[in-house]
Amino acid sequence: MITASTGSQYAGILGIGSYRPRRAVPNAEILEQIDSSDEWIQTRSGIKERRWASEDETVLMMSVNAAKEALADSGIDPSEIGCVIVATVTHLYQTPAIATRIAVEVGAPTAAAFDISAACAGFCYGVAMANDLVRGGSAKYVLAIGVERLSDITDRTDRGTAFIFADGAGAAIVGPTDEPGIGPVVWGSDGTQHQVISQKESWVEVHGNHNWPHLTMDGNPVFRWASFEMAKAAQQALDVAGVKAEQLDLFVPHQANMRITDAMRRTLKLPEHVKIARDIERQGNTSAASIPLAITAMRESGEAKSGDLALIIGFGAGLVYAAQVIRLP
Amino acid sequence: MASTEEIRSSLAEIVNEIAGIPVEDVQLDKSFTDDLDVDSLSMVEVVVAAEEKFDVKIPDDEVKNLKTVGDAVAFIERAQNG
Repeated sequence: MITASTGSQYAGILGIGSYRPRRAVPNAEILEQIDSSDEWIQTRSGIKERRWASEDETVLMMSVNAAKEALADSGIDPSEIGCVIVATVTHLYQTPAIATRIAVEVGAPTAAAFDISAACAGFCYGVAMANDLVRGGSAKYVLAIGVERLSDITDRTDRGTAFIFADGAGAAIVGPTDEPGIGPVVWGSDGTQHQVISQKESWVEVHGNHNWPHLTMDGNPVFRWASFEMAKAAQQALDVAGVKAEQLDLFVPHQANMRITDAMRRTLKLPEHVKIARDIERQGNTSAASIPLAITAMRESGEAKSGDLALIIGFGAGLVYAAQVIRLP
Repeated sequence: MASTEEIRSSLAEIVNEIAGIPVEDVQLDKSFTDDLDVDSLSMVEVVVAAEEKFDVKIPDDEVKNLKTVGDAVAFIERAQNG
């Protein structure tokens, strides 16, 4: 007879932290390399400026800063972390995972540690897995991180994407709670649209020449999928959590584009009192890092407070998505 | 089957709701981008709303051919009859 693992009946997010790179890059700087205008960028995306990492602000450095902030927020001792999950597409080593080094740096040197590739849905995928690990008994506490240095793979001369992508990190500590703190995840994928957001050249094609791979994106089909299909997924996440829109305090979608956020808000018919994350205006699209970055910004501004119910949804290249209702620590 | 005028009028309401363009400005000869200032993202929203309203499918490849309100109305008429 094999002994089965037993976990906590419920799990929740116990602490959140983020790291925002120092350097703000205004639209004027982007316009040095593309034929566009500040007005066009703002009306199509809502972005006024974004943060790009400097040389010392590596994936490791940003992750460790965000993780330490989350740990401090939770009050959990780092040695209690049993698993580190890092969602990223811009740790530019095929192996090893960056999660193991982060585990060492934050003081959880023997924790299970691995990276996941779920693009802009990465943070929500990480939280979903963390929730199951805690409830299943594979880890008591899990550190889930979303981190990107998209500026490293952005084509600075592509007028369709050069202004969108940005850098940063966010982290959450997930652990046992007395009440449910994370709703059931609504998630999925659509591989028939794998090409609409993708790395253009494979590493094999790059080998031997100097054709550095970049991200490409076909904006209109992405906008269509994100604005309408993702609004449905967000509604399902509310339904399966048994939470009514009137009970929500915050709506924090992946900060992909202000126009997507607005279209989702319209489709979801959220009540007036629900505060909407709009961190993209100053931060750009940071993929897996955008949701925790937006939550910490809303906490700092006083818009979000402990105990608030938030609907979060990540969606992006794959196409992949994940949505859940969470209670803020 | 809805008449051309009925389709134009319903489409005008959709354009009004999404892009804030006055209903009376949405006439058959008007260009979405040049006359009505409906950009490519708003156009996607208009198309999705029109698909639901008229129970038709408007493929992404087709959207770029819908330059005027008349183009869109004609496409919807054909799709409904097809």
